[in-house]
Amino acid sequence: MIRDITIGQYYPANSRIHRLDPRVKIVCTLLYLISLFMFKSIIGYLLATLFLVCVVRLSTVPVKYILKGLKPIIMLLMITVLFNLFLTPGGRLLFHFGPLKITEQGLNTAVYMAIRLIYLIMGSSLMTLTTTPNALTDGLESLLKPLGHLNVPVHEIAMMMSIALRFIPILLEETDKIMKAQIARGADLESGNIIQKAKALVPILVPLFVSAFRRANDLAMAMEARCYHGGEGRTKMKPLIYKGRDYAAYAVTIAYVAISFVAGRYIPFKIWIF
Amino acid sequence: MSIKLEHVNYIYSADTAYEKQALKDICLEIPHGQFVGIIGHTGSGKSTLIQHLNGLIRATSGTVYYNGENIYADGYNMKELRSQVGLVFQYPEHQLFEVDVLKDVCFGPKNQGFSEKECEERAREALKLVGLKEKYYEQSPFELSGGQKRRVAIAGVLAMCPKVLVLDEPTAGLDPKGRDEILDQIAYLHKTSDMTVILVSHSMEDIAKYVDRIIVMNHGEVMFDDVPKRVFSHYKELESVGLAAPQVTYIMHELKENGLDVSVHATTIEEAADEIMAAVTKKEKTE
Repeated sequence: MIRDITIGQYYPANSRIHRLDPRVKIVCTLLYLISLFMFKSIIGYLLATLFLVCVVRLSTVPVKYILKGLKPIIMLLMITVLFNLFLTPGGRLLFHFGPLKITEQGLNTAVYMAIRLIYLIMGSSLMTLTTTPNALTDGLESLLKPLGHLNVPVHEIAMMMSIALRFIPILLEETDKIMKAQIARGADLESGNIIQKAKALVPILVPLFVSAFRRANDLAMAMEARCYHGGEGRTKMKPLIYKGRDYAAYAVTIAYVAISFVAGRYIPFKIWIF
Repeated sequence: MSIKLEHVNYIYSADTAYEKQALKDICLEIPHGQFVGIIGHTGSGKSTLIQHLNGLIRATSGTVYYNGENIYADGYNMKELRSQVGLVFQYPEHQLFEVDVLKDVCFGPKNQGFSEKECEERAREALKLVGLKEKYYEQSPFELSGGQKRRVAIAGVLAMCPKVLVLDEPTAGLDPKGRDEILDQIAYLHKTSDMTVILVSHSMEDIAKYVDRIIVMNHGEVMFDDVPKRVFSHYKELESVGLAAPQVTYIMHELKENGLDVSVHATTIEEAADEIMAAVTKKEKTE
């Protein structure tokens, strides 16, 4: 039932990409996303494709999972492509039908925008697929540490994030259980008008809130019992330490960005069939 | 009046990275009026199994029959099935929500479509059955102790007058006294009504005393399905899957190995005491 909803789409495996430091993955993903918006010619995109394909292969995540991330943006993608295709002036006129015109420039932009959006989603889902939510928060905390000097409570934000992430599956499971328990007692959650449906939710929401507060209370107690007092002077059991492979990953990504930047901008390389 | 499972398979999160087969080719028949214990280690599929009995989970493959009718058939009345097969979940006190105990217990019968008066009658009856004192009826269920909450939750299912009562670990988290009280109450219920009772547990000790039949689950499969004493005679295999026979079984086996002529099939302390007494008197006589 509700268990099928997966939030935080981690794909468990033990690939080279999975083993990388979360900071590396965050920074490299960011670099990759930026690189997508620097190219002006097709060669840049060829390099971006090559890079993405290599990383996907290394990650051992089935392509199916990566493509799944594209589902929610299909509408956005279509709108972007259509608007760019028909509304960009400039260049040779390729096709026109009434007020609809497709120009060379329009076709170019539409294709580039589509590629950018698709790779943007694929690149970032690859990061969330290969990094556990907790590692991700850890990485973010460590990367944002400099903001601490500006009185941003980085540690507290990271802690709240990891607690929230941790609680999502627990509460989902709890909801599932309570729903089943009430259905077993004859609760009818499906039929009826909107008011009846809202009323039918009371037997689920009340126990759910009670349980959420109970769990929050237990967690607070457990944290206090272990002398948790915020981020000040707190060390980690598994501190993030860069290893050889992490530097290698940085080097590869930076090399990719540099090469594709130069190639994509300054090598005039056009293969248009028409 | 029976429940029959035929080649039931169930797979959690099919087609994802977390795919897990929880039930493997389960074939079972539970006749009416039986007191059945389902036992197994954590994750052995017991809870998944019992949720098939009232159609909360739909088997990935296989069929479930209730009174000879296929519950997955088109147009089968699931609501009716759920009022006939009452399911008490693990930690059922977490499902309480009403402002007072009586109203909470009325929730089930109300959903079955009974009038307010009938609901209250049934609720009072059910609360009496679980042995909750009348002074608590008007209280908020959240103010009660853990054991009392559990009774209210069980009453909530009993008030629906099910023909089959399924209880998932009804004693989890209770102290020994609360545990014995609840189990005794369930046994009494089974004796005085013609209900089928299915009791899920991971403790042999708990159920050995009460049930007619034990089904041992391991990794989603039925490992043993027999009367208690015959199941306990496999105590070595039970140990290998992280379960244990009641302590009595061990004592009897050891006594026998050391030369006292006792039957190893005693499952409860009372039976064991009688056996040992008989054996000792016999020995004294011969000497």
